[in-house]
Amino acid sequence: MKSDAMKLIQGNEACALGALQAGCTFFAGYPITPASEIMETMARELPKKDGRFIQMEDEIGSLAAVIGASWAGAKAMTATSGPGFSLMQEHVGYASMTETPCVIVNSQRGGPSTGLPTLPSQGDVMQARWGTHGDHPVIVLTASSVQTTYEMTIEAFNMSEKFRIPVILLLDAIISHMRENITFPELEITNRKKPGDPDKFKPFFDETFLAFGEGSRKLVTGLGHDEKGFPETTNGTPSEDRLKKAFERLNQNLDTIVKYDHYYSEDADFLIISYGITSRAAKAAVDKLQAKGISTGMIDLQTLWPFPTDLIHDLSGNVEGILVPEMNLGQMVMPIRMAVEGRAPVQSMNRADGRLFQPDQIVDEIQKMQQNRDHHISKTKKSLY
Amino acid sequence: MPRMGKNLEKYLRQSIMPSPWCPGCGHGTILRGMLESFDRLELDLDKVVVIGGIGCSGRTPYFTNTNSMHTTHGRALAFATGVKMVNPELTVISVMGDGDSVGIGGNHFIHACRRNINLNAIIFNNSIYGMTGGQAAPTTPTGKKSTTSFAGSIESAFNVVELAMAAGATFVARTTTFDFQEIPNMISRAIEHPGFSVVEILSQCPTYFGRINKLGDATNMLDYEKDLTIPGETISREEMLGEMSVGVFREEIKPEFTDQYKKVYAKTEKENAS
Repeated sequence: MKSDAMKLIQGNEACALGALQAGCTFFAGYPITPASEIMETMARELPKKDGRFIQMEDEIGSLAAVIGASWAGAKAMTATSGPGFSLMQEHVGYASMTETPCVIVNSQRGGPSTGLPTLPSQGDVMQARWGTHGDHPVIVLTASSVQTTYEMTIEAFNMSEKFRIPVILLLDAIISHMRENITFPELEITNRKKPGDPDKFKPFFDETFLAFGEGSRKLVTGLGHDEKGFPETTNGTPSEDRLKKAFERLNQNLDTIVKYDHYYSEDADFLIISYGITSRAAKAAVDKLQAKGISTGMIDLQTLWPFPTDLIHDLSGNVEGILVPEMNLGQMVMPIRMAVEGRAPVQSMNRADGRLFQPDQIVDEIQKMQQNRDHHISKTKKSLY
Repeated sequence: MPRMGKNLEKYLRQSIMPSPWCPGCGHGTILRGMLESFDRLELDLDKVVVIGGIGCSGRTPYFTNTNSMHTTHGRALAFATGVKMVNPELTVISVMGDGDSVGIGGNHFIHACRRNINLNAIIFNNSIYGMTGGQAAPTTPTGKKSTTSFAGSIESAFNVVELAMAAGATFVARTTTFDFQEIPNMISRAIEHPGFSVVEILSQCPTYFGRINKLGDATNMLDYEKDLTIPGETISREEMLGEMSVGVFREEIKPEFTDQYKKVYAKTEKENAS
């Protein structure tokens, strides 16, 4: 596709097109609203690129097939929504333990359980980080528009291939089904690094990778293992060492992993921290507040995990209040509060009724924060006299 | 232990021995049969992927000197499906236990049978959950004891052969560790079969199934296997029902999944090119 061409497409289509652009050649999935169009688009488009598509018997099998495909050398992905994402947790852990590059898209809908099909939600942001058992490194990205869905899907593949890690892309029912005009910028594509000498290849030494059939007979296991992939379950040290190394790989590359957008965030009195579809309302709210002369800026978090602690900490030192609107009952506000460390008041703004925030609601909330601040200042002055 | 000729040792990942299997366990006999079939078929080990699930049988991939995956409980066939689709040149063998394949993995099992994808499912059936200490399995015969059916199982057991045939597997066979010479024969035929193959191998678990059911030691259990099974090819299909017969029950050629994908969807590819 030409980079200057503009096209009116749906978020789910943008996700599929981004995946194809990133070099995805394998998709396995199971039908679920609001994610199904990603699978349908991949079913149609993959054969044209000599890729392979399969509709599996459930989401557990879908991610298993994706991991198998990845070890056979394909860039591979699956897409689902909350109930399917819950089923996939077993293999998010397996992918993490086996350092398998793969992309998992979760178009969030109201939960828990069958929940609110199909109203949007941002209720899976903690599950995306901690859903599978045990310590595990993971990258979680979000998108706030059809355009960024396309770009972040490519980013998800790039990070996954570069760091040999499962990357979770969180969309929601609105982003998935919304249609917007988008362009297709030429983005850099990252491919798996091959080891220098295949005979000396240790499958769990670093981010280099050899697929099955490429010469080095590998051992891949979900058990705690050493660099060669040999299980070590009576001595947990090699397993811990590998986990720490995988975390370290991310920590050393936070500059490239942490993605965010900002709007009037410098010198603002009030800061809105949001992500996904909520950032759209937040941005409109910032415009309205600026027009009213209330100095407000915003940060749109595109990388949720690893959490950009330093970024939020540094920003919090210069503001009088932080508002965190999210379509859940208060999840990302937790790491935000930890990062702020009390340097500014952090206000959580929540809804889990399957409706979007309206910009005016955010405007009202910031105005209340401003009034509280003024009231607090005047009260402090009174007590001084 | 059966004597292993020099020629089979290269198929064994000896650096990882010993195995976690109990003395008298039948799984080593099956492993040897697998290695022998690799030798007979002169397989290029670089192009073989052995994928195990969880349980005693799940450890098998560690000992085959191939590409090996030790996956999650019941899901070996789903992983194998992804591997095979991306690279159909690979020989992909899924080794699973009975609880693994038709208990927790029952859904993956029937769908792999239905798709007729060219994978080889080798089912180590010891009628019990061994690794977790001897709980009842979906294959524990009615009346047989386990730690969770201490007065005898009141459930009906799955007949894996019948299940595989009903679900559409195109090669279905059963043998036992008593008939150990049949193991490489059947596994070789399964690997050569161009479709989904199931080889169920009854294996003895003297530690749990044998002890709690007072079946004696490993050799007594081999006799138990012998007495339990009858040659399937000598009886009618009706008689086979409910029996633990041994033999090859189905071997038929039907369109294979990865071939069909190419044939049916390659059209789209050409259309796109033109």
